[in-house]
Amino acid sequence: MPMVNIAGKEVEVDEEGYLVDLSQWNEDIAKYMAVEEKVDLTDSHWEVVNFLREYYAEYQIAPAVRVLTKAIGKKLGPEKGNNKYLYELFPYGPAKQACKIAGLPKPTGCI
Amino acid sequence: MSDMDDMDDGSGVVKKFMFLNRKAPHGTVYALEGLEVVLITAAFDQDVSMVFTDDGVYQLMKGVDTKGIEVKDFSKTYRALEGYDIEKLYVDQVSLDARGLTEDDLIVDVTVLSVDEMANLMAEQDVVISF
Repeated sequence: MPMVNIAGKEVEVDEEGYLVDLSQWNEDIAKYMAVEEKVDLTDSHWEVVNFLREYYAEYQIAPAVRVLTKAIGKKLGPEKGNNKYLYELFPYGPAKQACKIAGLPKPTGCI
Repeated sequence: MSDMDDMDDGSGVVKKFMFLNRKAPHGTVYALEGLEVVLITAAFDQDVSMVFTDDGVYQLMKGVDTKGIEVKDFSKTYRALEGYDIEKLYVDQVSLDARGLTEDDLIVDVTVLSVDEMANLMAEQDVVISF
């Protein structure tokens, strides 16, 4: 699988650019992935990215969009747990893009 | 996916799908692959239930540590099923008893069924998929 050099460290990514080894994740990698995805990371983006990392730690999967939206609504409130808000932050799919930035695999049940 | 919800043309027939899990969590790919199929199926708004019987009951064991066998511990993922609106989890009483297990040993809330109850539940299904 391809290797990329991120902030002086060699990391392995899959053919779609997702980090292979979750434990290698750090903020430099998140920033690199964000540039790849053409996302300008703000605090609002970080909130979703950190939420996904917590979700993964708890359930060992990356959630599907629908599940992510609902879970964010529960934790951060309905003004954030909706498609409009999340797609504004991650236009090419909140689960897909935010998972990549969070160092998670591509979401299960993402079709 | 949610964009697909808006494209409902009225042809959305809901069928009863049962996913039958009979194998131990590790050693073969059945348990993990079966779980992934269930998570994907959840996107289609069907009536999904999961059954754990025979060694399949081990899939739901609490306090698993897979470090020694160097495979991913996906037992916590069963806890995510609720978020995917898959809330019908059934376990075979005889399989639990035969392995000295009770509901308290399981990582999620389940309904424990007798052989007769399980047979009736299976008879109601449109589709039964076994892993």
